[in-house]
Amino acid sequence: MDLLLTMMQSWPDWVQVALISVAKILLILIPLLLAVAYTTYAERKLIGYMQVRIGPNRVGPRGWLQPIADALKLLTKEIIIPTNANRYLFLMAPVLSITPALAAWAVIPFSDTAVLSQVDAGLLYILALTSLGVYGVIIAGWASNSKYAFLGAMRSAAQIVAYEIAMGFALVGVLMAAGSLNLGEIAAGQAGGFLHWYLWPLFPLFLVYFISGVAETNRAPFDVAEGESELVAGFHVEYSGMAFAVFFMAEYANIILISALTTLMFLGAWHAPVQTSFTLVPPLFWFLGKTAFVLFFFLWFRATFPRYRYDQIMRLGWKVFIPITLVWIAVVGFFIFFTPFGHWFH
Amino acid sequence: MSFIQLAFYFFAAVTVFAAAMVITIRNPVKAALFLVLAFVSAACVWLTLEAEFLAIVLVLVYVGAVMVLFLFVVMMLDINLSRLREGFGEYLPIGGLVAVLMVLEMAIVLSTDDFSEQRLPRPEAHTEGYSNTKELGRLLYTFYVYPFEIAALILLVAIIAAIALTLRKRPETKYQNPAKQVSVRRDDRVRLVKMGAERKRDES
Repeated sequence: MDLLLTMMQSWPDWVQVALISVAKILLILIPLLLAVAYTTYAERKLIGYMQVRIGPNRVGPRGWLQPIADALKLLTKEIIIPTNANRYLFLMAPVLSITPALAAWAVIPFSDTAVLSQVDAGLLYILALTSLGVYGVIIAGWASNSKYAFLGAMRSAAQIVAYEIAMGFALVGVLMAAGSLNLGEIAAGQAGGFLHWYLWPLFPLFLVYFISGVAETNRAPFDVAEGESELVAGFHVEYSGMAFAVFFMAEYANIILISALTTLMFLGAWHAPVQTSFTLVPPLFWFLGKTAFVLFFFLWFRATFPRYRYDQIMRLGWKVFIPITLVWIAVVGFFIFFTPFGHWFH
Repeated sequence: MSFIQLAFYFFAAVTVFAAAMVITIRNPVKAALFLVLAFVSAACVWLTLEAEFLAIVLVLVYVGAVMVLFLFVVMMLDINLSRLREGFGEYLPIGGLVAVLMVLEMAIVLSTDDFSEQRLPRPEAHTEGYSNTKELGRLLYTFYVYPFEIAALILLVAIIAAIALTLRKRPETKYQNPAKQVSVRRDDRVRLVKMGAERKRDES
């Protein structure tokens, strides 16, 4: 090890920086991909229990190796490209879908020190990247040359554009409360017990953000883009093998990302809920625990709610969420500047 | 050549290439996607100028929203390509003339003294704590507050006008009333009829 370190110091600076960055990226990506694999397992098990079934229990003890078996199966399957499909765009769509889902993790602070990149405009970066995910869906739908896929893509595009606005406005509220676009500072602003979390002063925005997050990731009850009963599988109906697996991974990486962001901005990030011996527990544990808690809601929703109708989704996004966020931004601004209660919102 | 310079030339080259592909490629959907690439690489060029707020907003607004709707329309329209190509040779001379004129005009304007190194000194690199977002916000809401508010008002008027132009009640369109849908009762939709049991008529 010492030999390796001395060897490293003799290399040029940029090689060292590059190597350390790659190591950090791997340190985030490998656990993330494992989490994606086991989220699929958790989903099948949980929904199984909610529907009084057992869920996967054949591969490995209690089915623990099921995601590994699924991955192996998908890896060895043939990727079928439909006739008259646009070959390049067809294969590019899954890549376009997973890239933003993974790249957004670069600015997520896992604890007060563990963050890959302290970007000052981190919140904007997240917002920009989550809005890019829709391209994978649209291109997949168009390039497949199939009407089911195309219908799914069109629905998804309309839905994501609508909910992104509400999501952006909800983040404006967070930005006003924290006074910073830096995710690390937003998290640091919520230190000191669960009463200091932004969840309370920004409660309506929290609800809007989380529900928009569910809609943005095309999850039930907003899964019209892939509604099985209407469109077979929606935008990825023509995909098979690894190309399909990449879409699947992107969806789950996005779900985990939204959970992590909700934790960061509303649930006090890595801070312990009460200032007792809880603070001795490492901050990473709190962050991951809260993220897992929010993640559970995604799975719970899927087992509980029936799918929204298309016009209901549009109404909810444009006529309910956007007015709620606009009103609450005004309320927050009013309290901060004109009343002595401004500190509630900080 | 420093890393920043290398990055600048790379992204500038990608921008120019993508912009050229937008107007030369045959498929309109691919053209729209190349426009997306041009926007993203332009945003990267802005990043090298330490304008991270503008760069990210460019991606957020143009790539994340405007181009999505653009693609939406282009995909739905199913444009006939051969019809678009028809007049190409006919318009080539006049189009080329306009292009040459524009390049000449730009060359003339950019070679004047106003754009010389003395008039426009090289911008200095900012210190560690500099935040482009904060600086822009401060300027917009203090120094440029009136132009900013006027621009916002014009946008608002444009939004209302656009909605007013498209919002027309057509008698044949059926609208949903969510309040009515929610408050509907079983008795409004289903009527239970009491009747005696039917008996099959005897054949014999």
